[in-house]
Amino acid sequence: MSLLEVKNLQVRVEEREILHGLSLTVNPGEVHAIMGPNGSGKSTLSHVIAGKPGYQVTGGEILFKGEDLLEMAPDVRAAKGVFLAFQYPVEIPGVATMNFLRTALNAQRKARGESEYSTPDFLKKVREVAASLNIPQDMLRRGVNVGFSGGEKKRNEILQMALFQPSLCILDEMDSGLDIDALRVAADGVNALRSPERAMVVITHYQRLLNYIVPDVVHVMSKGRVVKSGGKELALELEASGYAQFEDAA
Amino acid sequence: MAAVQETVDRVRRIDVDQYRYGFETLIESDKAPKGLSEDTVRFISAKKNEPAWMLEWRLEAYRRWLTMTEPKWARVDYPKIDYQDLYYYSAPKKKEIGSLDEVDPEILKTYEKLGIPLREVEMLEGVVRPEGERRIAVDAVFDSVSVATTFQKELKAAGVIFMPISEAIREHPELVKKYLGTVVPTTDNYFATLNSAVFSDGSFVYVPPGVRCPMELSTYFRINERNTGQFERTLIIADKGAYVSYLEGCTAPQRDENQLHAAVVELVTHDDAEIKYSTVQNWYPGNSEGKGGIYNFVTKRGDCRGNNSKISWTQVETGSAITWKYPSCILRGDNSRGEFYSIAISNGHQQVDSGTKMIHLGKNTTSRIISKGIAAGVSQNTYRGLVTAHRKATGARNFTACDSLLIGDKCGAHTVPYVEAKNSSALFEHEATTSKISEDVLFYCVQRGLSQEEAVGLVVNGFVKDVLQQLPMEFAVEAQKLISISLEGSVG
Ligand SMILES: Nc1ncnc2c1ncn2[C@@H]1O[C@H](COP(=O)(O)OP(=O)(O)OP(=O)(O)O)[C@@H](O)[C@H]1O
Ligand SMILES: [Mg+2]
Repeated sequence: MSLLEVKNLQVRVEEREILHGLSLTVNPGEVHAIMGPNGSGKSTLSHVIAGKPGYQVTGGEILFKGEDLLEMAPDVRAAKGVFLAFQYPVEIPGVATMNFLRTALNAQRKARGESEYSTPDFLKKVREVAASLNIPQDMLRRGVNVGFSGGEKKRNEILQMALFQPSLCILDEMDSGLDIDALRVAADGVNALRSPERAMVVITHYQRLLNYIVPDVVHVMSKGRVVKSGGKELALELEASGYAQFEDAA
Repeated sequence: MAAVQETVDRVRRIDVDQYRYGFETLIESDKAPKGLSEDTVRFISAKKNEPAWMLEWRLEAYRRWLTMTEPKWARVDYPKIDYQDLYYYSAPKKKEIGSLDEVDPEILKTYEKLGIPLREVEMLEGVVRPEGERRIAVDAVFDSVSVATTFQKELKAAGVIFMPISEAIREHPELVKKYLGTVVPTTDNYFATLNSAVFSDGSFVYVPPGVRCPMELSTYFRINERNTGQFERTLIIADKGAYVSYLEGCTAPQRDENQLHAAVVELVTHDDAEIKYSTVQNWYPGNSEGKGGIYNFVTKRGDCRGNNSKISWTQVETGSAITWKYPSCILRGDNSRGEFYSIAISNGHQQVDSGTKMIHLGKNTTSRIISKGIAAGVSQNTYRGLVTAHRKATGARNFTACDSLLIGDKCGAHTVPYVEAKNSSALFEHEATTSKISEDVLFYCVQRGLSQEEAVGLVVNGFVKDVLQQLPMEFAVEAQKLISISLEGSVG
């Protein structure tokens, strides 16, 4: 069974149609890259999969592990294994990152009927994961993303992904704002999570990221549709010739 | 947008059904006849076996009150109160209470339900406690009388007097006479004057020179009787170099009619002394239509009488239909310091008009005001603050930060700061922000597995963190839960 099946998805935001019948199938173990010009609807797709309010789905469906994802509340989707690393992670003043991580992890575990982590077990786990991503301990004591640099925010997203062990990871422009070393560390973090049960959807503008996270499939999105899919060489092709060739197809 | 709307709807549904403390205790009580007259004042004074001077003091206040009118300047709106339609005194029917064994078991059960373990606290006495565990002495006030005060002996050994004010009037008249009404005079304002005439109980604390009170002191107020006003009076004195931390908590049953609570709290610090006063106010707020709930019209004031003294008010206000409350500091002594940390949450039809006054009289006095207002439902939440520096208060400093958070678009938050500096060396800083709870932040939390309610609770607790940190540890945890409960749809 596919992990994620998006079928002919049509989405409106404030009366304007943004996605016009988008389809995408992701199987367990696969890494898909989505590329496409600004405003083509990449973030919209990721938001709709994660269940962000404010979007009207006017047609099509999304199945996750065979279940109707659109029927589920966003926190239920999270507990079932949908994770979205945001393009623009928000700041939550006054809520220590460590406290946030524990609250979120335990909420997910509770929703799945699993026992909550004990404090020492939790701390041990976070420290391990943080160390592997070069995240200093003092960052975990600060408010969630408050005063974090662009790169630190992105690393904090990967940290959460590693901690929650979701089955579907959507990474929306995780490479933007990362310097070359940080990019490598973050990509290593993502690669460490690749597994036969888990799939990733990597949204990016740059082929460079795909040198680190090598995709099985590359999709080109334009004007709210997937207009071309291919192997990893498609990304190189795009890098050379740009999106103009697809504008007509869309 | 949608997420916020959902939150708003959920929050709107919360009201009374979530009020965990809304139960009633069925006990017989001894009441004064309904209404207010000189006879009522005499009745209360007689019930308390008060000396003649105390009765005179009350009567004078009563006569003064007759000439006064209710203040109307606060941004709150309520039907006219019929002061003749209230009971001014209600006591659980029981003779003198000597020890906890003599307290009506129904009342003990009430405090247990409220999480105030009077009995357990007493039983812990003499038992070896794990190191670091802090103990709290509790004075429990049920309607008009104090029903139990714990740890009396241990406090006495330290020289600390902690007892119901009715007892202090009999046992320590010289202290009470010296301080009562010196911070909030009987003529101060309509509700304070009313309180002076009819106050029935409350706590009295005296910490002698150089003594650091060995434990937190706490009073727990409970209104139980129908149609009964509660008028407690608290007087705390920290003598030279003394320190005390005092906590106050309050709840009431759910009732359709409004109940009046008009308390007066007076604090006095002498040279180098410090009082830290914390309140978690959770009176019944009324139902979703705005029916019922407590009218909380309270006068709290501290007098930093001595040099280098300090008074710090911390309040978490989640309850009451109407809150009218401005815990203030008179910074009389040179180098004295006043602090006000406040979290005021309004939901449903609640109306909050609260803030503080920092009156700088002495030289190099400093004050700090951190106010966090959270408004949801169709509530109105006003911060009203006054900072003044007297001509002689050279070097006075104040920092004020008022932040308001709105949940939904049917509620209102207002900031009304008054600033008056009568000397040019005073330095007053004021910052204010108003923001809406962010849909993107809520969604971020929900995407990580938190329910919408948990997300709101988390974000609001983050918003008020600076103030929560000021509370004693065990209270901070309680307050955090209370904040989540008063805003979330889920009750444990
Ligand atoms: N809340 C909204 N209100 C109005 N228009 C919106 C909203 N959200 C997205 N859009 C529009 O939908 C289109 C797709 O936006 P989206 O953010 O999905 O693009 P994207 O492919 O992620 O772009 P980028 O590469 O710049 O991140 C844009 O034209 C955008 O303006
Ligand atoms: Mg985008």
